[in-house]
Amino acid sequence: MKSARAANFTRSFLVNGILALVVILWLIPVIGLLVSSFRERFEIQTSPWWGVLPHRDWVETKTINPRELGLDANGPMTVEGITATFEEFRIGVEDGDKRLIWIGNRRLGTVQVQEKKWTTTANLNLENYRQVLQGTDVEIKHADGTLETVRGDDFSSALLNSLTVAVPSTVIPILIAAFAAYGFAWMSFPGKRFWFAMVVALLVVPLQIALVPVLRDFAGLHLNGTFLGIWLAHTGFGLPLATFLLYSYIRALPRETLESAFIDGASHFTIFTRLILPLSVPALASIAIFQFLWVWNDYLVALIILGSDPKTRVVTMKLAAIVGDRGQDWHLLTSGAFMSMIVPLLVFFLLQRYFVRGLLAGSVKG
Amino acid sequence: MTTPQQTAKRQQPAGNAIARILRFGLTVLILLIAFYGLYLGFLFLREGDRPKWIMALAAIVWGVGGVALLYYLFNSLVELLPVRWTTRLQPFVFVGPGIALLIWFLALPALRTLYISLFGRNGPPSLPLTMLFAAPGEYFAALSTQFVGWNNFIAVFTDRLMLGALRNNILFWIGIATPLTVIAGLLIAVLADRSNFERAAKSIIFMPMAISFVGASVIWNFIYEVNAPGSPQIGLLNAVVVALGGQPHGWTNYTAISPWNNLFLVIIVVWLQTGFAMVLLSAAIKGIPEEILEAARVDGATEIQLFFRIMIPYLMATIIAVTTTIIIFTLKIFDVVWVMTGGQFGTDVIATQFYRQSFINRNSGFGSAIAIILLVAVTPVMVYNLRRLKDQEAFR
Repeated sequence: MKSARAANFTRSFLVNGILALVVILWLIPVIGLLVSSFRERFEIQTSPWWGVLPHRDWVETKTINPRELGLDANGPMTVEGITATFEEFRIGVEDGDKRLIWIGNRRLGTVQVQEKKWTTTANLNLENYRQVLQGTDVEIKHADGTLETVRGDDFSSALLNSLTVAVPSTVIPILIAAFAAYGFAWMSFPGKRFWFAMVVALLVVPLQIALVPVLRDFAGLHLNGTFLGIWLAHTGFGLPLATFLLYSYIRALPRETLESAFIDGASHFTIFTRLILPLSVPALASIAIFQFLWVWNDYLVALIILGSDPKTRVVTMKLAAIVGDRGQDWHLLTSGAFMSMIVPLLVFFLLQRYFVRGLLAGSVKG
Repeated sequence: MTTPQQTAKRQQPAGNAIARILRFGLTVLILLIAFYGLYLGFLFLREGDRPKWIMALAAIVWGVGGVALLYYLFNSLVELLPVRWTTRLQPFVFVGPGIALLIWFLALPALRTLYISLFGRNGPPSLPLTMLFAAPGEYFAALSTQFVGWNNFIAVFTDRLMLGALRNNILFWIGIATPLTVIAGLLIAVLADRSNFERAAKSIIFMPMAISFVGASVIWNFIYEVNAPGSPQIGLLNAVVVALGGQPHGWTNYTAISPWNNLFLVIIVVWLQTGFAMVLLSAAIKGIPEEILEAARVDGATEIQLFFRIMIPYLMATIIAVTTTIIIFTLKIFDVVWVMTGGQFGTDVIATQFYRQSFINRNSGFGSAIAIILLVAVTPVMVYNLRRLKDQEAFR
């Protein structure tokens, strides 16, 4: 009995331990991004982000001016009880917990006394966010006090564009899909089976198949680069799944409720708006979250239909553009990436329950 | 507005025909005004010279409100018709817009893409349709100058770059990324099921699903970031490699290990998609009856035996569904590759080739042939879904 309990304890320890390790592994990439986004531009590029965690490193305790001590840099010098030449001091002379290092050139430099201490490079601020969000020129104060004026990256307007794209691209297809799903579930019309089979067939069709012809149509209608164009495209591409899921849900609603409403003389439209839509809120919510995240995170459709016009450029386009043009500007990339993630992450964590429900409904059946 | 009056009228069918026609005319007029208003809104939005947030708000109201308004008006119109016509036409008000959009954006483009793929660089020449009837001979003669038949498809399977892309899709994305994702998802689901912090763990593993592929590319680019040897490595991977005594590399562009540099892209997608597999498999694990597991334990089965002999067979249907979904997804993988490497260093995939051929090289014929290949690849799943639909209908 005792050994069984011990085995149980070991197993539970192993299970929790391994899972905790995996979870940390999964989180590290995001934490690295988040931490770096608050760090100073040159610090990101010269010291690793995990330096913000407490670690042991050489920390300056005092600075000595060798000329005040009357030392000659051309020969061996004795500082703080350590004798060495300039060249040796340049590299740094260690003595137990103490290190002496020459900073600067032979004639004007100083000697730094360093000690190994627990330290952190956590010097965090919101400067990067200011620079990445603003559309106007931004003044940056460097560590040495000099000012530099740079162009802001105008992420705020990209965020607004993303919102302008994502909200109608979520609501419109769901509205259209809800009407269609009701029609398929509760109305009879010629060719119903055929049309529904088309919806099911289109569930897995890759949208690449549609891009060239749709772009041609849009060119003819002058819809390229317009919000209307991308709303229509996202509506078309999102419709099969939304219709299919809502159909399954609406069909499963109790038939008696609807029949009694019919007997009371309500029209299809009234039943749909007053009865079906309110009853379908859970399904509508999970599909809406799905579609919203898909549209917000979409890159391909935006790339092809909106292009890189700053007037309509969405966050994914903007971020990809910075990766392409200035891939080393980690202070912009990290803060920009985080700005692009914050809306979907909020949606995700606040509405996770609905999201998971939609996922379960969609994929096991799909 | 119309519904209460109209229901009242249905109760007294001898209602005034003139009043009905008048009301019908009025609704048509309102519909026309609505169309005109929406058109004005469109012009206003296309102009786009107001402050950004006003434009955003106006666009949202215009787009969402417009669709709702059109449904409402069309429905009012149909409900004013004689009852027989209402029942006949109303389904089309409900289903029509959805079907029309599906045809415009997916069904028809599939056929059109197939058609374009049979032609050369610029696709079929754009000829006025009237010419087909006026001068059919010239019409087909003009078409045939651009017609290349199956040449684009032959090119897809012989072009060096395209072969590399196909290899990457099959070997790395379907062959490695998909099983890795499913296995990781399964193991984490099983672990989480027995742990003391299941919800929190699942939330975190699932979180990358909310992040865009572009955002994920930035995150992982930062992990793969390389500095010159000797200076401190700010990329986590290179810092670890250097600490273990290795040489820092750019990893995704490390052509010396090509094609295995693809693995560094695969890792990103595994990180992103494992949560998806985990959520579905976790739900399926909850569905395994506790009695079966208990009975097996009483019979002396070890946990390993339990996993392989009971859980796996029980989860098989879900595993297949998840695997299929991920295969369909990885078949179309684009964003990660495009942002990380642009398809260079031997990391090209079908979708990046499609994009480059269609929109950069402007070779519509070749690009369309690639898109058709993608479509053909998912056809088995499509057929399976349709079969299942038919089976379900048989039971009704």
